[in-house]
Amino acid sequence: MQDFAESFSLAFRLILSADADLAEIVLLSLKVSLSATLCACMIGMSLGAAIAIFRFPGRGVLLVLTNALMGLPPVVVGLAIYMLLSNAGPFGTFQLLYSPTAMIIAQTVLVTPIATALTRQVIADLHTEYDEQLRSLALGPFATLTTLLWDGRFSLITVALAGFGRAVAEVGAVIIVGGNINHVTRVMTTAIALETSKGDLALALALGLILIGISISVNAALMALKGTARRFAYE
Amino acid sequence: MNNIPQNVSPNASFAVTNPLLPLRAEDLSYAPDGLALLDKVSLQIAEGGISMILGPNGAGKSILMRILHGLIPASAGTVSWRGQTANREIRKRQAMVFQKPVLLRRSVTANLDHALNAAGVPRADRNRRATEALKEAGIAHLAARPARVLSGGEQQRLALARALSLQPDVLFLDEPTASLDPASTAAIEALVLAAERRGCKIVMISHDIHQARRLASEIIFMDRGRIAEQSAAAFFEAPSSAAARDYLAGRLHLPDGA
Repeated sequence: MQDFAESFSLAFRLILSADADLAEIVLLSLKVSLSATLCACMIGMSLGAAIAIFRFPGRGVLLVLTNALMGLPPVVVGLAIYMLLSNAGPFGTFQLLYSPTAMIIAQTVLVTPIATALTRQVIADLHTEYDEQLRSLALGPFATLTTLLWDGRFSLITVALAGFGRAVAEVGAVIIVGGNINHVTRVMTTAIALETSKGDLALALALGLILIGISISVNAALMALKGTARRFAYE
Repeated sequence: MNNIPQNVSPNASFAVTNPLLPLRAEDLSYAPDGLALLDKVSLQIAEGGISMILGPNGAGKSILMRILHGLIPASAGTVSWRGQTANREIRKRQAMVFQKPVLLRRSVTANLDHALNAAGVPRADRNRRATEALKEAGIAHLAARPARVLSGGEQQRLALARALSLQPDVLFLDEPTASLDPASTAAIEALVLAAERRGCKIVMISHDIHQARRLASEIIFMDRGRIAEQSAAAFFEAPSSAAARDYLAGRLHLPDGA
């Protein structure tokens, strides 16, 4: 119990002193996860919206696949990306393994199905409501897509935040493709795993507290956003 | 005696030739899953005035309107606009207002701007046309408000203002006043009449016989997926079909199978 209290105290001291190592890990985590979320949203939201409003061969398969991939095990993704990026793999020449880029790719793969499936649901609901009005305006497919994406913006921000939550808390994939190299690919989750195994609970706990803080902030932002959207009936 | 105001008589105030009309439908059928909801409907709608589609629930009024406007394809039959099959350009010269207004999750002005942009109106003109339409609808003071927080009457006026800002040649109205109070209904009717006076052909569905008497220059009476009769507003004095006589007399018939 005393160890626990001491770890907490050390953790707070590290946070308050803005420890350089800690800051580096936190910033890299945010950089990797935000980049991955951005990439996943660009791919997933376009794909999800397209699945929601267009009818094309293979749409059903894509739909089932997307929903199934939402629960993709991170270690499996990590392994697959590792094989693709390793020297023997098809993308080995790019020398991306054990780099933040590899971590971004892994997290993008993990978050894209989430962004796709949730976007599809948001856009499909909106499309049902808007369909006749938009067709009455003789809107083309692209204009329909952009109208729905814009009008679903508040719900889609929720989708993005859900994706970010998944990315920033993920450890299995990034530890495989990133290698948890100090000052290069060490992020919060991999550092927590390492420091815990080494017995340095203070740093692990400090990182854990920051991770929880980020999670709470994301949720608070989400609630504030939903409140604003509801007030303007934009939800 | 029909109490249509003199200035809404189809030919009295109408001077501009409507480029889309006459609208001709021939043998239109609609039978999803084999269930005939529209059965070989043929009609012609000429320019000028307000053509009011009346009939009991399930008569096929809304389906007919949606087929005419091109929102759903007919199972059989043809629709032509001044002899031409509908295309995107013809579609863009029409507008429709639904019973439940479909408003975008944007401000009042942005709703109009979106529609005007879709119609290809240059950016420089969009603001002016939106402002004019909102002023005419009496909701200019709500321009910056989120559209979906407006009251039901205001939302419907906005939907109508949006449709009218497009300056359509034909305006389809599917029970636009169905759930509105008398004041909002009067406001909507005034807008419709003003549009008609400017040369916009109005095709409207209503369940309100008094409203039909006030506005219609022509009645298209539907029953069980067919047009029972199409006649001038004198319809109210001497309906020729038994179904219309029962409808006007308020004699109730249970739907088939009930």
